[in-house]
Amino acid sequence: MEGFNHSGIVETDQELHVLAVDDSLVDRKVIERLLKISSCKVTVVDSGRRALQYLGLDGDKNSVGFNGLKVNLIITDYWMPGMTGYELLKKIKESSTFKEIPVVIMSSENVLPRINRCLEEGAEEFIVKPVKLSDVKRLKDYIMREEIEVEDINQRKGSSTSQGALKRKLDETHHDNENENDDDDILFSSAPSSPLSTLSSSPLNSPSRRLKTSEDDDDYSD
Amino acid sequence: MLGFGADRLRADMNRLLALLFHQGVLDEQFLQLQQLQDETSPNFVSEVVTIYFRESEKLLTNLRELLSDRDFSDYKKMGIHLNHFMGSSSSIGAKRVKNVCVAFRAASEQNNRLGCFRALELLEHEYCYLKNKLHEFLQMEQQRIMGAGARYPIQN
Repeated sequence: MEGFNHSGIVETDQELHVLAVDDSLVDRKVIERLLKISSCKVTVVDSGRRALQYLGLDGDKNSVGFNGLKVNLIITDYWMPGMTGYELLKKIKESSTFKEIPVVIMSSENVLPRINRCLEEGAEEFIVKPVKLSDVKRLKDYIMREEIEVEDINQRKGSSTSQGALKRKLDETHHDNENENDDDDILFSSAPSSPLSTLSSSPLNSPSRRLKTSEDDDDYSD
Repeated sequence: MLGFGADRLRADMNRLLALLFHQGVLDEQFLQLQQLQDETSPNFVSEVVTIYFRESEKLLTNLRELLSDRDFSDYKKMGIHLNHFMGSSSSIGAKRVKNVCVAFRAASEQNNRLGCFRALELLEHEYCYLKNKLHEFLQMEQQRIMGAGARYPIQN
């Protein structure tokens, strides 16, 4: 990777490509804008079905599979007619091609059983709507870090050491930020699996606003 | 002098927003929407709000039609409309409308038809107030933009 910035700020020559799924036009418009303003490439679709079609996972025998720009993150609403975000999540995690793509679920309610179910199924995070710029920024930072680590591992197989230097710079930046922003530590540990497993037991006054524990049961059957 | 008019407009707009915040009609999500507006997307707030109006009116019509049916029993369908309305309202910061949706949905979950009627009336009332105020706000915004030398495209 060429031309990394010596000030320690992560720069890649690639933008993140995010696939956003929401049946609400208002929400699609907002999430698209949030992502674009955060310098992401965005593909927005209005249903789980269309998301699967886009990825070439819709089981259509004529489908040639995925030819588009690599998707770095999928962000989907939970409640959608036809296929819920949860069902979409399952389909993605079942796919050998796409199961590594982080999936984030959005919902207008923080229903604990629902959140747990999604996390157990492999969702990266569960965001209570409305989604804010700070949410997108945090997600982006997290995904970028993951992407760079993966590239780092791949690069190390070659003889280049520049990638390792970039990752070290990244770690320095992260440690510098650690004290300012405890959210990152709670939500994104370096362990690759379910960074949110610690979060469900966080105290009620945790900086994360997502998991204010709710006593409500999930009334809607799937 | 245009400058004076623009300042006055901005002051009026801020006062209107402050009132709406104070009344709990809007919450900070509306401010977030404003932050998403810039030179590359100069009419973003107006576009989103316009879509919200259009969708909301359809939802309200659907809700009223459902409840007007004497044989109505499809509370689940009502719940779906309400979820949608709740979601889009919270996305633009329409706090009071969203809260009425929550109460409305509670009534529908209890199959409480009378409660639903009451909630629908309240919802229509709140929505009407919100729409008028946002319309006022957007008109002032448009005037302000035009006063600033018509840098932005004029939106019909």
